[in-house]
Amino acid sequence: MSAARKLLILSGIALAVWGMGWGLAYAVFFEHQALDAMGGQITTGFVGAAQRNLPAAHAALASYAHSEFNYVRQVDVHSHWIGLAMVLIVLGIVLDRVNLNARLRWWLAVMLAVGSAVFPRGVILQTLMAGALPMALAVVGAGLVIAGMALAAWGFARAPRPAAEA
Amino acid sequence: MAESRTISMSGAATATLTFAPLSATRMLVIGGIALIVAGLVFGDIFAVFVLHQNANRIGERLLAATQAVAAGNSGAVTADFAAIGDFLENRGTKVDTHVHVIDFGYLALLLAGVQPYIAIDERGKKRLAALFLTGAVMLPVGVFSIHYVGLKYSPLESIGWASIFADFGGLLVLLAAAGMAAGLVSYARAHRAPVTDRALLADQSWSGRLLLTGGSLLILAGFIYGAWYSAQDLYRLEAHESSLLITMADSAAASHFGLASAAVGDYGLLQAERAVKIAAHSHIIEFGLLAMLLAFVQPYVYLSERWRRRWTVVLLTGSVILPVCVLLELRFGLLAGGLADFGGLLVAIALLGMLAGVLRHTGRLDGQGAAP
Repeated sequence: MSAARKLLILSGIALAVWGMGWGLAYAVFFEHQALDAMGGQITTGFVGAAQRNLPAAHAALASYAHSEFNYVRQVDVHSHWIGLAMVLIVLGIVLDRVNLNARLRWWLAVMLAVGSAVFPRGVILQTLMAGALPMALAVVGAGLVIAGMALAAWGFARAPRPAAEA
Repeated sequence: MAESRTISMSGAATATLTFAPLSATRMLVIGGIALIVAGLVFGDIFAVFVLHQNANRIGERLLAATQAVAAGNSGAVTADFAAIGDFLENRGTKVDTHVHVIDFGYLALLLAGVQPYIAIDERGKKRLAALFLTGAVMLPVGVFSIHYVGLKYSPLESIGWASIFADFGGLLVLLAAAGMAAGLVSYARAHRAPVTDRALLADQSWSGRLLLTGGSLLILAGFIYGAWYSAQDLYRLEAHESSLLITMADSAAASHFGLASAAVGDYGLLQAERAVKIAAHSHIIEFGLLAMLLAFVQPYVYLSERWRRRWTVVLLTGSVILPVCVLLELRFGLLAGGLADFGGLLVAIALLGMLAGVLRHTGRLDGQGAAP
């Protein structure tokens, strides 16, 4: 098994197990509580408006927006980690059929593995810290994943070589 | 025709080694395709009979809530939001069921593809495959039941029995995947010689190549669209949603019904815009991945090359139609929605066609095994 295939398959498996573990832990310990909190916050906001207490209503609706911001990203990282993990493993299995030389295949594997690990981390970091760093990580990760996938698509589209490296 | 039959049969001949009756690979391939078909059909039924009706009910309740705010009736506001929560749970659990059934089907096909690289004896592989498929059914069934079972007889404050059942299913899938991952790591560390059934992964048929190329292009399109959505729309829609909720509350409190109901209408449009954009992004990637996974299965599809090509083209056509038409729903409404459902149906039909080929292959193998 070539180093590029090992990198894709093993990093894909690690990411899949991590993503499933994250999803399971989130579903058991956080999701129901987060949904209950969001329901309570939006209700409080409108009840506050019904009682003509607009500052309280605005505060509750701001809390709801903050909770929703976090919830969307926490669910997104679960699905993105597992989705990207599957792409990594699939490409690892069929890397022999990507009609590129060994060096390009290695760089394809590095871009996809690093991008798949970094991009969701950038997304989840947005729930923990403000500023440009989380967004920069997400942008760089996404860019690497797109570049790696473009390389793979190009390799698949090229005419097959007579003998492929194992 | 005779030649193409020979090609597919010779491909199938290489696929006999790990496809024995009740082998892990066979369980995962058949179980995986069946899960994907079930998920697609469920998704189509959900889109036609639940999705839009549910969105309308949420809009009606939100409008009722703003009227209750104007009337200063806090009790009615709480009741309206409880009903909205119920509708959202109904929608959310059905979306989760659809997504998890299909993703577990993908994972099953993926695990079937890596079986030759898992350094575990066949008995262990079969147990892990059975564990995986059990969890892959338990989790979506549990998630689907959450809305109907609720917290009845639950020992916990916010988690019902259906959630516990679903989480247990997730744990089974996790354990099975971790077991297979350990087998893969063991294979990679031992630097074993390539297994005989590697020929499966080197299938160079027209269908296999088109599925790999088309699949990777679909995934790439989905990635690029996702990046564009997060740069252009994600934060804009979040900020707009927040401002619409405040407008609804403020204008209802000031008894400006026109403003409040306009904000409710805009809120519905915003949710629709977000839903179709996310659905287009996720479906194009999911179908790309499906196409690539089905490339592995081609040697198991015991059909003439002509039919394998037909199913491949039908699958890729549906894979483009569905996400593109989902995106066009914002502009063309139900017409585009109907076409999107048709795209999903094409994918399901192509999958059933390939599943029929896989079942023919198993019948042929079993017949050979039973022959004296």
